Amino acid sequence: MIPILILAIIGGGFAVFSIVAGSLAGPKRFNKAKLESYECGIEPSPQAFRGHRFPVKYYLTAMLFIVFDIEIIFLYPWAVAFNSLGMFGLVEMVLFILAVFVVYAYVWRRGGLEWD
Amino acid sequence: MSDFHSPSIAYAALSPILIPGIAATVGVLVDAFVPRAIRWQTQTAVALLGLIGALIAVSVLAGTHTITADTAVAVDGPALFIQGTIAILGIGSILLVSDRSPGLDGGAFVAQAATAPGSQEEREGAASGHAQTEVFPLMMFAITGMMLFPASNDLLLLFVALEVLSLPLYLMCGLARRRRLLSQEAAVKYFLLGAFSSAFFLYGLALLYGYANTVSLAGIQAATVSSGHNDNLLFLGLGLLAVGLLFKVGAAPFQSWIPDVYQGAPTPITAFMAAATKVAAFGALLRVFYVSFGGLGWEWRPIAWAIAILTMVVGSLFAITQTDVKRMLAYSSVAHAGFILIGIIALNKSGLSGSLFYLLTYGLTTIGAFGTLSLIRDPDGEATHLSRWAGLGRRSPVVGSVFALFLLALAGIPLTSGFTGKFAVFSAGVSGGATPLVIVGVVTSAAAAFFYVRVIVMMFFAEPVADGPVVATPGGGTAGAIAIAVAATVLLGIVPQPVLDLANRAVPFYH
Repeated sequence: MIPILILAIIGGGFAVFSIVAGSLAGPKRFNKAKLESYECGIEPSPQAFRGHRFPVKYYLTAMLFIVFDIEIIFLYPWAVAFNSLGMFGLVEMVLFILAVFVVYAYVWRRGGLEWD
Repeated sequence: MSDFHSPSIAYAALSPILIPGIAATVGVLVDAFVPRAIRWQTQTAVALLGLIGALIAVSVLAGTHTITADTAVAVDGPALFIQGTIAILGIGSILLVSDRSPGLDGGAFVAQAATAPGSQEEREGAASGHAQTEVFPLMMFAITGMMLFPASNDLLLLFVALEVLSLPLYLMCGLARRRRLLSQEAAVKYFLLGAFSSAFFLYGLALLYGYANTVSLAGIQAATVSSGHNDNLLFLGLGLLAVGLLFKVGAAPFQSWIPDVYQGAPTPITAFMAAATKVAAFGALLRVFYVSFGGLGWEWRPIAWAIAILTMVVGSLFAITQTDVKRMLAYSSVAHAGFILIGIIALNKSGLSGSLFYLLTYGLTTIGAFGTLSLIRDPDGEATHLSRWAGLGRRSPVVGSVFALFLLALAGIPLTSGFTGKFAVFSAGVSGGATPLVIVGVVTSAAAAFFYVRVIVMMFFAEPVADGPVVATPGGGTAGAIAIAVAATVLLGIVPQPVLDLANRAVPFYH
């Protein structure tokens, strides 16, 4: 319990110290780039992209990435432990890949892979 | 690596879970490959086939009990009873969802969920007459999770099932055709609070693992009867786990999401949530408390008493103040959660079987009530404000009487299924030593009867409002769902014995 408390105190103290020291010691020269969000995509305000809402493309790409990312995360341990998992592992993995394939077919047919 | 052994999986015993899952996957393929003109009908057929298949699987498996997948899944009497209940409620919900008749404004679901409310794209989408059929596979995935939830025999699987059933629900809440901002608000609220409660559940799971060194329910039970464990971990873990489950059930003080989400969601989804989700969540709650923590009754009962009393009182009193019929039914579902909690607190066989029976009757009546509600329409959607219902029973005696029947059943009037259910749970509560709780239950039931009867009085004895809402002619789906609900509400009220016997034979849990 004590080490956690000490860590929390050090962590909190460091955050407070950094913010206070930064605001006291740092130079304050503003320009446009500094007011934008840092590596967080498109400016959300006062108006979104071209006066419209966000294009959904980025989200689609990100979600597709997650689907295949999960597939790979599952495949690696299976490939390493293939021998001891035996037939059971093979069957289960084929079922899993089939399920991912269904997702892929759905995304492909519904135009999720087209950029425009 | 070498000590790995493949778990043996009894696929036959898992079929009530697997069949809806397969139907959901097929539904995704249907969405991808079937032409748009016949997609809606195909999806309805696939979903109904999946649910009927699950129901058949349940009836074949009835009377058996199997522990499979390395003790992670227990397909026993209570699990099968709950699964059968969910399959029936799922059929009712799918029927409600599938109804796109013109009287119902072309269905409850938005043509394109991605369009901004009030935008040109939204109008184009609505004018095109298209509909997103994804709601069917989503619903089937949710049902798959619900089938697994009460059969999960270890906490990790319980969590996976919780997420499988919750994630599609969050999404479906935001798909209403009318009052879309309210619907989207409901979806976000439900998602945020649901994620919050999942975190509670997980923290409780972690602490219980720290306590018992296992996540299996039977293992935790074994740890509670042996000595040498840290009891602080046990009670903290139990409490946090209970918060996660009671949130899904909608028990006070975790009920704050219920009225908003039930009001905003498309009515068929509200019916589905109020009926099937509650049944599945109570199934899991029953298993966790009967299997793992049954021996600790003396420790958790005082808190459970407080929660049950609070739930019944909050549900009944807040329902009285509501002016929106959907919100009133939402609070009534909170009150019902309190009544079913008595069955959990009773902690005996009749408590378990009473709860099972109550869940079936409550679920069917709820599906019918929300289905009927979706027929009462203004030009801009459902007329849910209570004042609009004045004189409705005079103008449309059939719809008025059907809704009155459901309200009487929810109030627990004799000769309806609601009375039998309440009687089963309350008598179990008395035999389980919870007589004061039962008295509170009876008193709050009486208070609750006030607002149910108020709606009936309004429908039949008030002057009809000028330019009042239209009573839509239901399509086959809604009519079918309401017919099933009416038949069940009457039959389970007059001849409940066969189903009561079924529930009695379903107990106890195996682990």
